[in-house]
Amino acid sequence: MDEGLRSELSKQGVFTTTLEDLYNWGRKNSVWPLGFGLACCAIEMIAASMARWDLARFGAEVFRPSPRQADLMIVAGTVTKKMAPQVVRLYNQMPEPKYVIAMGACAISGGPFKQGYNVLKGIDRYLPVDVHIPGCPPRPEALLHAFMTLQRKIDEQALTGAQRPRHLVAEAPSEFPVPEFGAHDLVPPANPEIWQPPEVVRGE
Amino acid sequence: METLDQIKARVEAAFPGASVEIVPNAGVGGQRSLLVDHAHALDVARFLREDPALRLDYASNVTGVDWLDAVIKEKRKVKQVIAGVEREIEETTERRRPGYLEVVYHLYSMELKHGPLVLRLRTANRADNARVPSLTPVWRAAEFQEREAYDLYGIIFDGHPDLRRILMWDEFRDFPMRKDYVEPDDYEYEPTPHDDVLAKAKRHYQP
Amino acid sequence: MNSEPAKLENAPLAKPYELRPKALADGGQPGELLEISMGPQHPSTHGVFRMDVVLDGERVVKLKPVFGYLHRNHEKIGENTTYLGSMPYTDRLDYFCSLTSNWAYALAVEKLAGLQAPERAEYIRVITAELTRLQNHISLVGFLLQDMGASGTPLMYAFREREKILDLFESLTGARMMCNYMRFGGCRCDLPPGWLDQARQVVGEFPRFLDEFEALLSGNEILLSRTQGVGALPPELAVNAGITGPMLRASGVNYDIRKVDKYGIYDRFDFRVPLGDHGDVYDRYMMRVLEMRASLKILEAALRDIPDGPIMDPKSKLRGFRPRAGEVYGRIESPKGELGFYLISDGSPKPCRYRVRPPSFINLTILEDMCLGHYVADAVIILGSVDIVMGEVDR
Repeated sequence: MDEGLRSELSKQGVFTTTLEDLYNWGRKNSVWPLGFGLACCAIEMIAASMARWDLARFGAEVFRPSPRQADLMIVAGTVTKKMAPQVVRLYNQMPEPKYVIAMGACAISGGPFKQGYNVLKGIDRYLPVDVHIPGCPPRPEALLHAFMTLQRKIDEQALTGAQRPRHLVAEAPSEFPVPEFGAHDLVPPANPEIWQPPEVVRGE
Repeated sequence: METLDQIKARVEAAFPGASVEIVPNAGVGGQRSLLVDHAHALDVARFLREDPALRLDYASNVTGVDWLDAVIKEKRKVKQVIAGVEREIEETTERRRPGYLEVVYHLYSMELKHGPLVLRLRTANRADNARVPSLTPVWRAAEFQEREAYDLYGIIFDGHPDLRRILMWDEFRDFPMRKDYVEPDDYEYEPTPHDDVLAKAKRHYQP
Repeated sequence: MNSEPAKLENAPLAKPYELRPKALADGGQPGELLEISMGPQHPSTHGVFRMDVVLDGERVVKLKPVFGYLHRNHEKIGENTTYLGSMPYTDRLDYFCSLTSNWAYALAVEKLAGLQAPERAEYIRVITAELTRLQNHISLVGFLLQDMGASGTPLMYAFREREKILDLFESLTGARMMCNYMRFGGCRCDLPPGWLDQARQVVGEFPRFLDEFEALLSGNEILLSRTQGVGALPPELAVNAGITGPMLRASGVNYDIRKVDKYGIYDRFDFRVPLGDHGDVYDRYMMRVLEMRASLKILEAALRDIPDGPIMDPKSKLRGFRPRAGEVYGRIESPKGELGFYLISDGSPKPCRYRVRPPSFINLTILEDMCLGHYVADAVIILGSVDIVMGEVDR
């Protein structure tokens, strides 16, 4: 629509928009997180939803107890190898469109517990992550920033074309294989389709 | 509370044939501990709990410790007659100590408000005979902590009511807190490793 | 693998629940038992804790806690790093109470190396530890009420007050939760200017909030009927099972390590140790409220008497710290119970054995005994009244 006509109409009290804008506007302002916390970061997540930071301003205060009703998984804390299958299963149970925020150093890479034998070195080995927040634990402001980043990401998604969101691509996977408990480690230790070991340039 | 030597004497008097040994502690506090044999461990534990002067009714901390095979060097002063003159010289003896696993109990008394008394049990070796008697029948506080020692160290507690893995998953086969446990090599290293981490990183990046 | 299961002599397991005795007497059939797994992702399990519960109707017949979903190898990492390197990890044990965990670890290493914190540092430790106790207990009460179905309001009030204390921690240590503040033989940095006045203000305002909180809750009809007589813990079982902290004292056993060991400078403060006599959830709730009032008394005295002076033992050295070979067990009264550190040194810069005695893990030993025969909704609040933090339970 012509921009001048749109502005003229809005002066007359008629607002026009595109379906894409309306759809994304609705989606981005009601991102309901799954109410589950793993470790220390979960306490900051709770603090962010309390009166001082008031996550409700972003339409995301409705922590859903069931993954079937949630749009967003905040991986708040260390994912241990014993917990990883459950996290993946919870993600699989969430309906599309769904997003993941990896909150804190542990969820990104294992963080301070990277050297632990039972610590998963980053949830992105099994799940596609949309926003990473560094920090140990990240302050509530950082979580709010992650929310705003996610909202921007949703807002910018075109509904058609190659860049359209995953839930509109019929052949894109919505579920990811759940790792199994092995005798020494999780089997497989990572999902090779979504994660490859990063190339680390080492100084001599 | 009585001194450890008095307690040892009383335990030995109460249970003839029990082998009770005092383990020294070279640290600043010098908190020594009692090493008890397997056959009398339950009796001694019950005695420590019931004795009116001790009443150690509270087992605070129960934990496993792993001691690898080691060569122990001991220095002793020996008097020797050299060329007709008696002299004191230092002699170093080397002794191979086979490895073992150890369970340490820290006992306090809530009734008399004293403690701690440190009780130790040792397994015969680290491999096929890593067994000790469970003290859970005496102190229920040991229930989960003994399960943890079983999970992480592989110490089998005979007589434990529910000996299963507690922290790791049931299919897990290793005992990760043992000193010779090799953890899965599944993470990337920072670009500037040093010391032990450098050695690990080299192993990791070897083609 | 193990031989015949042993009977617990002094602490018998709770009496097995009889399957619907009344219905059976009327000629009914025992219902099918329902096995459910609560957790590790469950809104009322306080983290990644799992309970395998067997239910007869709504009554709990069997309950087995399953741990390990947050087992992040604290002890193994502690054995592979230097003594000081473990200090930040102790923050993440009980992530509500990083300062008391710091203190427990510092206390154990000081005993191992023969260090003594100077007077001012001891006062700072008491002040920060009691502030930690305040914010731990207030959040616990909020979460407990949340579990009872009072969703939101009490927890919001609790977190409002908690934030004031976290602001104090932040201005002192630079971090809201992971303070990493104590050092062996003292504290990392001195109080910033104006901190004491700010702390006095927070402490001065706290009783008014507590009065308000109690007016809302302590006599509340719903709270009374949900908590009184639920999950009673007899004192003999509590002692034998190694229960510590407010939970033990709710059962009427007078054992507070601040009074027994008199670590730090706790012998200088006059405070009372509240005791319950039923050991039910209500007593455990009241214990927390009364302990907060006792902590406020300690805080007032400590904030009044704190002297000037150095905050580090001059003998303490941060680099090349190698304590003599030997072993030590140091413990303090953390807000959740007895937090102990057992260290074995072999004279090298790393501990040969590094063990944490986690209070909330051992306090869960009798969870099943307390829950048997109660409704499954009560099992949730019994768990809430134990006050667990998974970082410490699983380490």
